[in-house]
Parts: sequence; structure tokens; C-alpha cells
Amino acid sequence: MIELENVAYSYGGGELLSDITLRLSPGSFHFLTGPSGAGKTTLLKLCYGALMPTAGHVHLFDTDVRELTRDDIALARRRIGVVHQDCQFLNHLSVSENIALPLLVSDRDMLAEDANLRELTQWVGLTQRADALPPELSGGERQRAALARAIIMSPDVILADEPTGNVDWEMSQRLMRLLIELNRMGKTIMIATHDLALIRATKAHVQARVLRISNRRLQLAGADL
Amino acid sequence: MKLDLEQLRGLLAGDAGAGRVVPPTGYTAWLTLFAAAAMAFLAVFALALSLATSRLADRWGDALARSSTLRISAPEGQMIAQTDAALKVLQTTPGIATARALDAAEQRALLEPWFGPDLPIESLPIPQLIEIIEEGDGYDAAGLRLRLAAEVPGAVLDDHTRWREPLVRAASRLRLLGWLSLLLIAGTVAAMITLAANAALAANAQVIGVLRLVGARDGYIVQAFVRRFTLRSLGGAAVGTVLGCIAILLMPRTDVGGGFLTGLGFEGWHWFWPLMIPLLAGGVAYLATRAAAQRTLRDMP
Repeated sequence: MIELENVAYSYGGGELLSDITLRLSPGSFHFLTGPSGAGKTTLLKLCYGALMPTAGHVHLFDTDVRELTRDDIALARRRIGVVHQDCQFLNHLSVSENIALPLLVSDRDMLAEDANLRELTQWVGLTQRADALPPELSGGERQRAALARAIIMSPDVILADEPTGNVDWEMSQRLMRLLIELNRMGKTIMIATHDLALIRATKAHVQARVLRISNRRLQLAGADL
Repeated sequence: MKLDLEQLRGLLAGDAGAGRVVPPTGYTAWLTLFAAAAMAFLAVFALALSLATSRLADRWGDALARSSTLRISAPEGQMIAQTDAALKVLQTTPGIATARALDAAEQRALLEPWFGPDLPIESLPIPQLIEIIEEGDGYDAAGLRLRLAAEVPGAVLDDHTRWREPLVRAASRLRLLGWLSLLLIAGTVAAMITLAANAALAANAQVIGVLRLVGARDGYIVQAFVRRFTLRSLGGAAVGTVLGCIAILLMPRTDVGGGFLTGLGFEGWHWFWPLMIPLLAGGVAYLATRAAAQRTLRDMP
């Protein structure tokens, strides 16, 4: 599905990631952890083609990312839902329009997708806030809206970068329950977080692999997690 | 630059969704509209100048090319005889339709702008002028000069070449200047739209980033910006063109003021040309915005 093979990434003369090998197989659940600045976001960006590796190979759905055109990468991103810590909304559009944005840019029939949009908005608990503008949402509501947007195209993979960074413990648990539910539906999940308590709490409900970036390399986390 | 027919179709058909993903802009929209209107207004005048000078060059060229003047300078006692002899020569010259000696009133009218009215022309040694109108391919000027030299020694043939050519050349230069002005205006519109589009693209970098993140293809993003700037330029240019045409209509008519400048305007089917200005502005905006957007997107992940 998404595969990194001996990948390195350098920026500004320094190597941020080195010799990374990772395979996100269908239906798997991964946590990516490490200290701030370790390269978690960079690794996620490599996984959805926002960055090109300086060495090694990244395969998106069995094709080397270097062989993909910009349009091919755009099409691949429709199969990868991305949730950012800062959510990245279009602030002039309503919550429901932001959630529907992937449908809009894919030229899907919006009328045909209306029921799907309503159901999803209800699933993330934002029915009452559907017409609000993103700046009017709380941190938890923003994260749930971002998750809804990430999954509206029914992607194969969901990549989440610190999705619980701006929410309280209760809300982070609620978000994780949504992600676990998606994983049970067969979606591949990778969550970048430095919140070890969250990882421990989640591991009680799902079989997750925990990976740690340390000294620019990717390691399987030990039994301390 | 390859014209993307799918994009052009999308532009004409409209895509409210693509239009909505780009946030509305306030004063930059008005600035673009105003600049497009001002440029279209100037373009109407440049076009009118080009067409008027074109007509002028044609008129001068045609009128002067078909006529010549024979000037007879002779002692008072021989003037009538030489004039008659010249008219006989001219009447038998192939390529000449008519030859007519100007009467005293006509000659006085010709001199009036310089000497004023009531010039006592009879008491002055004024040469007799004969107006020659050509037909077909015209006459052989060199042959006619030789015949006149032999039969009418006081006759000087002026086929207008000497001053017709500079006049026609000047009119042609003015016409060229008009077209050059139109090109410069189109270039200015392109530069202005490119600057505005670049500013809009830079201001909306985050929007573009989000669109790329959710799987928007470059063509979709480009179309959203292209549509906005093209329609804005089209609208502004339409307003400017209408105002320019009204200004042209309000200019003094040729038969009232006389002269070249009052002839500035459109005649007959030439009124079709100003209609092309908004379309041209829209086309320039389309290409300029498309190029700017594609350039910006190339540098984004």
C-alpha cells in the first residue's frame, strides 16, 4: 500500500531521516513517536508524496513516487486521508463544505454524496455545527471535522499528525475511538504523536505497532510502551 | 502555450464549486476591474486612431494618386493660347479621363487661406492651373512631360508624387503607432493581471496547500483562479469599452469641425472591432493567470 525502502531525507544540508524502511500493509495500525523535531511530520509527508526522498524509494500503491506525475500524486492523495494537527481548513467555507472539499475537488456529484456527508457529519458529532465556520469551532470539533474530511473519500490509508495535540484527554480518547473504529473497517492507520499515555491507552483496544524515530532512524519501540 | 480546451470549456460553463474554494477578495477585485476598464477605454481610442489613420491613408493615397496638376506660367498674352494647347495635349493623352482649367474663382479659393478673401487675382501674375483626373492605369508622366515641353513650353506637370508619398507615409506611421499602442495596452493588461494573479496566489498559498492535500489536481486549482481573473477582466474591459465608445460618439463630427482629429472614430462595420476588446482582455487575462498559476503550483509539493 505505502512502502518506504531505505529512505533518506535531507534538508538545508542536514540529514533529517536516514535509512527508513517501513511498510504500511492493509488494515494495519501504527503509531509513530519520537521527540519534537525528530522527523515525524517529515516521515508522514514522505508517505503521501508531499516530499520526495533524497535517497531510497517511496512506493504509493505499488508505484515509485518519482514515477508519478503531479496529477498522479493528487489522485493517490484521494486514497490517503490526512489529518493535520492544525487541521488546515478553508476558513471562508462552512464546516460541512470543508468536510466535503475532497468530493468537490474530485468532481463527484455533490447531490449524490449528500446523504454520505450527513451521515459522516453525524458520526463525528458535528451535525449541529455543520453550518459554522472553522474559526468558530473548539479544538476537539476542529479535529473531528478534519478527521471527517480525511475519510469522506473512504481512503485506504489515514495518516494523522498529532491529531490530539490541541484537545483534552476526554476528546483525545473520543478521537482515538473513531480511528480504532475506522481501523476495524479495514483502514490502514498511522498516527504520529509524542503522547505515550495515549499510545498505551489505545493499545489496550487495538493491535498497534509502535515505531520510534531516534537519531534519524526508525526503530520498533520496546516493551516500555 | 497549449490551449487546454477542457479548461476553456470549464471556464465558459462555470464551476461554482471551483470558484468558491478561492476566498473572495475585496479591493484587489475592484483594482483589477478598474485597471481592465481603463485599459479598454484607452484601447478604444488606440483602435479608433488606427482605423481613422488607415482610412486617411487610403483616402489620401486614392485621391492624390488619381489626380495631377498642370501649372502654366506664361506671359499674359500667351496664357490663353498655351492653356488651350495644353488642354488639347491632355485630351489626346491615354490614361487621362478629364482635364479642366480652373476658373478665377477656384484659383482665388485655393489662395484664400494664405492671402485672405477678395484677392485681386486678375491683377496678379498667377499661373493657370489645370486639374487632371486619371483613368485606368493612369498616364505616362515622362512621355507627357516631353510632349508638353515641345508644345507648351510654360507648362509644369505635378503628379503629386513629391508630397503625396510623405503624407501617405505619415498616415501609415500613425496607423502603425495605433496598432503598437494596442499591443502595448494588451501587454500592460497581461502584466497587470499577472501581478494581480501572483498576489492572489501568494495570498492564497494556504488555500492551495489544502486543496493539494485533499487531492485537487493542478488543473482544478488553476481553473479556480483563472475563472475569477478572466471574468473580472472581461467585465472591467466591457465597461471600459462601452465608455470609450460613448466618448468616441460624443466627439465632434468631421463636417462640423473639419480636419483630421475630428475624424477619429469608427465607420460602418468598423464598430465591430471595439467589441473584440473585452474578449481580447479576457483572453489575455486567461493566458496570464494560467501561466502565473501553473508557475506557482510547480514550486509547491
